[in-house]
Amino acid sequence: MKHDIVLTIDGRETKVAPGTTVAAAIWNTSSLELRTSVSGEMRGPACGMGICHECRVTIDGISNQRSCLIQCDAGMKVETDAG
Amino acid sequence: MPADNSHDVVVVGAGPAGLTAAVAAAELRMRVAIVDENSRPGGQIWRSNRNQLHPNARRWIKRAERARIRFIDDASVVGVCGPQRLDIASGSTAFRITSESIVLAVGARERFLPFPGWTLPGVTGVGALQALVKGGFDIRGKRIVIAGSGPLLPAVAADLKRRGADLLEVAEQAEFGDVARFLGRLVRNPAKLWQALRIRTNLALTPIRFGVWPIRAEGSTHVERILLTDGRRVRRIQCDIFACSFGLVPNTRLARLLGCTIGTHGIEVDDLQRTDRPEVLAAGECTGIGGVDVAKIEGTIAGHSAAGKLDDARAFLGSRTREHRLSESLDSAFELRPEVLDLAEDDTIVCRCEDVAWRDIKTRNDWRTAKLGTRLGMGPCQGRVCGSAMQALRGWSESSPRPPLQPVSLTALSSLSDSTSARELKSSHPITRDGGI
Repeated sequence: MKHDIVLTIDGRETKVAPGTTVAAAIWNTSSLELRTSVSGEMRGPACGMGICHECRVTIDGISNQRSCLIQCDAGMKVETDAG
Repeated sequence: MPADNSHDVVVVGAGPAGLTAAVAAAELRMRVAIVDENSRPGGQIWRSNRNQLHPNARRWIKRAERARIRFIDDASVVGVCGPQRLDIASGSTAFRITSESIVLAVGARERFLPFPGWTLPGVTGVGALQALVKGGFDIRGKRIVIAGSGPLLPAVAADLKRRGADLLEVAEQAEFGDVARFLGRLVRNPAKLWQALRIRTNLALTPIRFGVWPIRAEGSTHVERILLTDGRRVRRIQCDIFACSFGLVPNTRLARLLGCTIGTHGIEVDDLQRTDRPEVLAAGECTGIGGVDVAKIEGTIAGHSAAGKLDDARAFLGSRTREHRLSESLDSAFELRPEVLDLAEDDTIVCRCEDVAWRDIKTRNDWRTAKLGTRLGMGPCQGRVCGSAMQALRGWSESSPRPPLQPVSLTALSSLSDSTSARELKSSHPITRDGGI
């Protein structure tokens, strides 16, 4: 599709429509789980609006980014705990 | 960053209440800024669909742009460094803005209650799932169960069904009689209203059950099935996503940090939306759950009040049809039954941030003791999830909020212009270098 955004999620090239959040992109193309909790449980987005912090991933080398609040950008490098 | 960070009115929150307040003040020639954590304005109910603004939001945003309102997106208010001075963090930067008046339009969040398996990936809130879908999650063909409590359930169910979800069931924990009484207050014939809603919203083929609640979510790496009960039978339903929340909780943290009094329904305000702190006003769901129409009127009133036009503000009072009556009706119609307050088992995680299990919390007497003994509430969400749960489960009140209101990186803090305030923030919370706690 024209204007699709290309980013990588855990090393895999992924195409998403503009305006897609990183959390949605991960759910669409990768897995529901994206983070390990402090005791090692797999977690995914829960509140969808930046409150629970369960959706945190590393984006372009910076950790603890709330993926449900961040829109995918061209060339973004997303790393989850599930990849 | 813009050179001038001083304003007449700063509005926190760009949902219906915030947008209407900002526009009202700006059209009265105030210098207005509106701050929001999302990339696009609209809040929850007017959340944009990927890049497309919600049509209702778009109208207000056009007026906001014409009135030269400054939009500060992707930004959180993390602290208060003096009267009318807010610390804002956005990505790797932070800056301070000052304002004569502050309008809090920070809305509400969903109430999560713990049950076995609620932390499995694929278990979300109800509004949460809609937010994820509006953020681009492809729901087509996905098997969804929606449960919990409140008017949000059928509203989200209808929207997701329209978008192609395979909606298996909507389970409301309240009894039909209680909900019908609530609807009856809105309309003369509740049964007729319900039928009309069902038909018009395409939910006619989806089982909507009352007096049913979840007891467990199961799956290996993510949710695969859930168990629902009516107190007698237990049913197992295979699903891809389980959306479950139990009502809405007003966001009051920033108001408390500013010293405002909070009542049973939310931030306390007078008829003109003024809190008991000078120059701080509040409007919309954060003052009490009332819906979008009330939020818009309250925002309009708050914008006029913030601009000093109290008589003009009073002219809108006639349109406001509720004085927290809707809030009380909601509370009684969708009152949480004892069973849903007793779902956690010993090993059920209650604090998701710090993985604190129910067995370590249930023996404590109050929030502070539990927090100090277990780290409950000391993670990145700062008790927003587990605190609301413990308030419902045990009536525990949280401690006073301390800045930063969201985790902030040292990188961001070091870019704050006033070094004194940066030191104050740093000394009260340990913060790691790379992006969070």
